[in-house]
Amino acid sequence: MADLNDLYQEVILDHNRRPRNFHALADASHQAEGYNPLCGDRLTLYLRIDNGVIADVAFEGSGCAISKASASMMTDALKGRRVDEARALFERFHRMVTTSPDEPVEDLGKLSALAGVREFPVRVKCASLAWHTLKAAMARETKTTTETEGW
Amino acid sequence: MTFVAPAVFDVARIRADFPILERTVRGKPLVYLDNAATTQKPQPVLDAIAHYYTELNANVHRGVHELSERATEAYEAARSRVRTFFNAADTHEIVFTRNATEGINLVAHSFARPRLQAGDEVLITAFEHHSNIVPWQLACEATGARLRVAPIDDRGELMLDEFERLLGPRTKIASVSHMSNALGTITPAREIVRLAHARGVPVLLDGSQAAYHMPVDVQALGCDFYVATGHKLYGPTGIGVLYGRTGHLDAMPPFLGGGDMISSVTFERSAWNVLPYKFEAGTPHIAGAIALHAALDYLTSAGLDAVSAYERQLLDYGTAALQDVPGLRIIGTAPEKASILSFVMDGVHPHDIGTIVDREGVAIRTGHHCAQPVMERFGVPATARASLAMYNTREELDVLVRALHRVRQVFG
Ligand SMILES: Cc1ncc(COP(=O)(O)O)c(C=O)c1O
Repeated sequence: MADLNDLYQEVILDHNRRPRNFHALADASHQAEGYNPLCGDRLTLYLRIDNGVIADVAFEGSGCAISKASASMMTDALKGRRVDEARALFERFHRMVTTSPDEPVEDLGKLSALAGVREFPVRVKCASLAWHTLKAAMARETKTTTETEGW
Repeated sequence: MTFVAPAVFDVARIRADFPILERTVRGKPLVYLDNAATTQKPQPVLDAIAHYYTELNANVHRGVHELSERATEAYEAARSRVRTFFNAADTHEIVFTRNATEGINLVAHSFARPRLQAGDEVLITAFEHHSNIVPWQLACEATGARLRVAPIDDRGELMLDEFERLLGPRTKIASVSHMSNALGTITPAREIVRLAHARGVPVLLDGSQAAYHMPVDVQALGCDFYVATGHKLYGPTGIGVLYGRTGHLDAMPPFLGGGDMISSVTFERSAWNVLPYKFEAGTPHIAGAIALHAALDYLTSAGLDAVSAYERQLLDYGTAALQDVPGLRIIGTAPEKASILSFVMDGVHPHDIGTIVDREGVAIRTGHHCAQPVMERFGVPATARASLAMYNTREELDVLVRALHRVRQVFG
C-alpha cells in the first residue's frame, strides 16, 4: 500500500509551507485562472513572456498542499525556459502523474517528488491544476503570437 | 404520543444490522463519518430491494395481473408509510420524487413560477444547499423575480429578525433548510413558518438532513411543502419524497408530462390524473419506494427520539474530543445543532486532512459540501466534515481524533 510519505514528501511540505513565487505579477503578459470545482482549489497564474522566453512567473490562490506545492515547484521549473520547452514539460509532467503506479516514469528532477500522487488517484487533479492553468495561459500566448506574427 | 427513550441506546445491535460496517478500508476497520452525504443501509432495506426484484417485479398502476397488483399495493403501502412517518394529513399529499433536489425543483417550477412576476421575491437563507438555491435562481431568472437571502450569524444560526425583515409584501415563497448540511444548525422551523404565514408567505422546508436525525411532523410544523431524500434516510438512492398540502398540490400544474400522470389523453388535450399521480410521470422507482418503506420502519423501530438523544451525546463527545487537536477550529457552533462536525485546521487544507484520515479507514467529506455561500460566509475555501449517524460510536470518534493527530504530525 502506498505510504503517506510518498505523497507528502518533505520537499512538498516545504513548498506548501513556503510557496515560491507566491504573489501577483504587475507586469504579466499572460494570466489564467485555474479552478478545480470538485475541491474549490483556485489559482491565478501570471507569466511574463519576453521573446518566447518565460522571463518571470508567479501565482496566487488557495488550495491543498499538493496543488500549492505543485504550483510553487512549477514556477521554479519554468523560469527562464522557452515557451516550447514549457509546453514539452507540461506533457512530460502530465505523463508522470497519470502513468500507472507500477510503471517506471521519467525522472523530472525536483518535480519527480509529485510522482507520488499516482498512488492517490483523486489527488492527481490537485497536482495538475497549476499545469493546466499554465497551458491555458500559454494558449492565449499562442493566439497573441499568431496574430502579432501574422500567421 | 410520548415516546420514552430507552436508557441505553443499543448501538451494537444497530451496527449489526448494517453489513457494510463490517468491512475494512485500507486494512483498517471502516469508520464511516460521511453520513450527511449518504447513510449506509440496514439489512431490511437490502432485503426489501432483493425481495421486490425476486418476487414482485412488475409495473405499477397498469396491469390487472397478480404481480402488477401486488407491486402496486407495495408501492402504495410505501406512500402511506411515508405519510405516517411525516404525519401528513393525507396519503395523496405524498409525491415520490427521485430525491430532495427534484422535490424542490417541482415546487419551484409548478408552484412558484406561475405566481412570480417581475419584482416579486423568493426568500432563502445563507446556509442553503445548492439544491435549495439554484432552482430558485432559475425561477427568478425566468420571471424577473429577485432572490433574497436571510443572513446567518457567526455561530451559524439563522438571524430570525433579519429573516422576518426580509419577508416583504412581494415575497411569494420562503424556502429554508430544516437543518444545514454544512454546519449542522437546526433551524427554528415552526417559528419560521409562523413568521412567514403571518405575512401570507408559503414555506418549503428542506428536510434532507433533518429527517433522519429527529422526528418530523409536517402538520405540527405547519409548512406548505417538505422535501426529503431516501438515501439519507437509510434508504436507497433514487427515491425522494415531496410533501405538499392538498390545496397547493391541487392547484399546481404538473411538473413532468408522461404516462401515469394523466387520466386521459387525446391529441387535442390531456386531463391530469388525481393527486399524487399528477406529479409522478413515468414508471417510478418502485423498488426504491418499497425499500424506503423498510428504511422508515427501521428508523421508527430504532426510535427517532432515541436516535436524536444518542446522536446528541455523540456530537457533544466529538465536539469535545476535537478540541484536543492543536489548531483545529469547528465551523458551526449553534446550540441547536445535530450530527455535523465541520472543521478547519491551521496550515492544513481540508483535502489533505481527508487523504490522511482515509489512510486510517476514516471516511469524511472535504470541500464546500454543495454550500459554497456558507464557505464564503465563514471565510474558508472548504472544510472537513465528519457527520454522524445512529450507528456511529465514541470509539470511532476516537479513531478520527487519532487520525487528526497524525495529520498534525505530517504537517508539523
Ligand atoms: C440540506 C440538503 N438539501 C438538499 C440536498 C440534496 O439532496 P439530493 O442530492 O438527494 O437531492 C442535500 C444533500 O446533499 C442536503 O444536505
